[in-house]
Amino acid sequence: MLKQTEGSRAVAETVAYCRPEVIAAYPISPQTHIVEELSRLVKSGALKPCEYVNVESEFAAMSLCIGASAAGARAYTATASQGLLYMVEALYNASGLGLPIVMTVANRAIGAPINIWNDHSDAMSQRDSGWIQLYARDNQEAADLHPQAFRLAEELSLPVMVCMDGFVLTHAWERIEVPEQRQVDAFLPPYEPRQVLDPDEPVSIGAMVGPEAFTEVRYLAHAKQMQALEAIPRVAEDFRRVFGRASGGLVQPYLCEDAETIVVALGSVLGTICDVVDEMRGRGVRIGALGITSFRPFPLDAVRKVLGGARQVVVLERALAVGIGGIVSANVRTALSGIQLDGRTVIAGLGGRAITKASLHRLFDDAIAGRLEPLTFLDLDTGLVERELARMARTRRSGPSAENILRDVGSNR
Amino acid sequence: MSAAQQVNFYQVGTFAAGNRLLGPELQSDQSDPARANALTSGHRACQGCGEALGARYVLDAAQRAAGGKVIAVNATGCLEVFSTPYPETSWQLPWLHSLFGNAPAVAAGVAAALRAKGRTDVRVVGQGGDGGSVDIGFGCLSGMFERGDDVLYVCYDNEAYMNTGVQRSGATPPAARTATTQAVGEEPGAAFGQGKSLPLIAMAHEIPYVATATVAGLRDLEAKVHRAMGMRGARYLHVLVPCPLGWGTASCDTVRIARLAEQSGLFPVFEAEHGEVTDVTPIRRRVPVEEYLRPQKRYAHLFEPEPHTDVIARIQRTADRNIARFGLQAEEAVP
Ligand SMILES: Cc1ncc(C[n+]2csc(CCOP(=O)(O)OP(=O)(O)O)c2C)c(N)n1
Ligand code: SF4
Ligand SMILES: [Mg+2]
Repeated sequence: MLKQTEGSRAVAETVAYCRPEVIAAYPISPQTHIVEELSRLVKSGALKPCEYVNVESEFAAMSLCIGASAAGARAYTATASQGLLYMVEALYNASGLGLPIVMTVANRAIGAPINIWNDHSDAMSQRDSGWIQLYARDNQEAADLHPQAFRLAEELSLPVMVCMDGFVLTHAWERIEVPEQRQVDAFLPPYEPRQVLDPDEPVSIGAMVGPEAFTEVRYLAHAKQMQALEAIPRVAEDFRRVFGRASGGLVQPYLCEDAETIVVALGSVLGTICDVVDEMRGRGVRIGALGITSFRPFPLDAVRKVLGGARQVVVLERALAVGIGGIVSANVRTALSGIQLDGRTVIAGLGGRAITKASLHRLFDDAIAGRLEPLTFLDLDTGLVERELARMARTRRSGPSAENILRDVGSNR
Repeated sequence: MSAAQQVNFYQVGTFAAGNRLLGPELQSDQSDPARANALTSGHRACQGCGEALGARYVLDAAQRAAGGKVIAVNATGCLEVFSTPYPETSWQLPWLHSLFGNAPAVAAGVAAALRAKGRTDVRVVGQGGDGGSVDIGFGCLSGMFERGDDVLYVCYDNEAYMNTGVQRSGATPPAARTATTQAVGEEPGAAFGQGKSLPLIAMAHEIPYVATATVAGLRDLEAKVHRAMGMRGARYLHVLVPCPLGWGTASCDTVRIARLAEQSGLFPVFEAEHGEVTDVTPIRRRVPVEEYLRPQKRYAHLFEPEPHTDVIARIQRTADRNIARFGLQAEEAVP
């Protein structure tokens, strides 16, 4: 149903239509609206049977989902940032055990310094956790990815993370086609677990595995993600058939066929990027954009196919691998192995800094003119960081950098 | 009080009190050849492992109480490692191991799933060592208690992190030697004034049932499992399980050492409902703490080269305090 609603609410409603049987809830911005709305749906009786559990930490939230999923229930939780890191041990455990849990991550920066605003540092830090990671470009897709996530998770027996930009999407009110119960029911069959705790057929789950088989178990985890490369487009196609709109898939190219320069990105910034691409195309620039929806598994072939013919690739990242630079870029490089083209990494929008059209125009012009460093921090206040570097060089006890920088910002206002 | 508990086994020189003294309906679950044998033989625990014994006692009784419909969730630790070196498993019931610090939350998840599915006939037991319960799993356990999740959680307390080679936990008693509280320096062994009583903390949550037991009191332990399984909500059982390897005791002495812990007053055996103590196991043959400490190599430094009477006296005061606090002194003591 077409509704004027908040991204979080649309996600919560859609999740409810997926008929989760156990929901673990713990608050953290900017995710909280999702579990709040689910609380209302369960408590009012709109969603049943469903056990909604207010846990005492994110570690417990994921652990509760692990138990519920192993007992054969469809399990869901949502988190962000510090909360995602707090559950890391359980994340690896859930994927290692092959439990089809679905979790929304309302992407947010990681502290210190503590910062509640959007970037992708949280989910990117879990790229090797064995979870499938899907990134939504807008709220419509954020909602639509959830039924797909449950389908994929349960088909492959793997957990799936649906990543949506914190605040930018979670708190945005807009027109969203919220899936309907009958559509979701037609798309998502009841959960048939591959392994289940059942007194009639007792199995031991979570045994110790030594060197004689550990590599093989890990190989299978990889093999399942490779199967997901085939399953993700198929499930997206099924989705299109049932719901009548396209959402999800591995990658989403925009005007890439004849593009000399292609900008690669994930999430909501793609909207702005595509606007800029349109405007630049209006000026006769051959530029395109490639949205990566599935970051795990990483669609090497699909990315190579789109980017292989370009002259230049700019990867715009909302996370930073400190000490090397780009995270997505490294994956893109792998996809382009053996192909010679000019690749640039741009770190943008960290901790909620707005990525404006004006900045992107400047950035892409610079890239095309060959003026871009291999690693660029978009809209970096160089004066500010240089003053702090100088302070650090001057005195041993220069104090905490974040505070120094804020003081500097304040006094120069 | 259950019928079995009303039977008095007067101990005359020997501590054995056999099933032959009881009618078939009062015989222990362990003596039943058709018992579930939830943790079957062939596992890799050390000889005389109190934890292996305790886990089998508890789960067999739980299985009987629930008509065989029990799911067990296990924390990382000796019990998990010695029971499941895959492809072997000793578990004859559905069993899940996730992590070291999350067993109560995982168990709560299993219980939530069962409730959602209307399978209230299937019951959930969570279990872990003292490290997994008192320390790293404490947050999850407190959450499980506070929410009243329908789980019986059992802590097998061997008073240290045994699986990693005997390090101090929050349940390690003062003066005990562990690999991280070594028997060196001014005050050898674990420090006085540290550590916590998880049963008392569990009681503070005012959950329906909290009980302590040892592997020396088979009938008592089984009766408590049955009592716990007869209730719903969060229930807690804390079982003292001597560890021959970590405590430095003979494999054949596990039950004797557990009984001495009880008889010295160092390990009070009691039951509580909704935060109030409802019953205690009185000590009928009281022993000085020295009798409990001396056979354990983890306390060897208290006796060699010469006895540290001050430290032993300090431990005795703890025992005396327990006896007074819980009213453990039996009215008619056995000489
Ligand atoms: C997060 C984490 N920290 C540490 C460990 C290492 N570890 C595994 S078992 C264990 C000791 C378990 O002690 P306890 O819970 O008392 O059980 P026991 O082995 O004594 O029965 C430790 C420290 C781990 N597996 N996970
Ligand atoms: S170390 Fe202790 S607890 Fe572990 S198996 Fe051996 S006796 Fe049992
Ligand atoms: Mg222990």
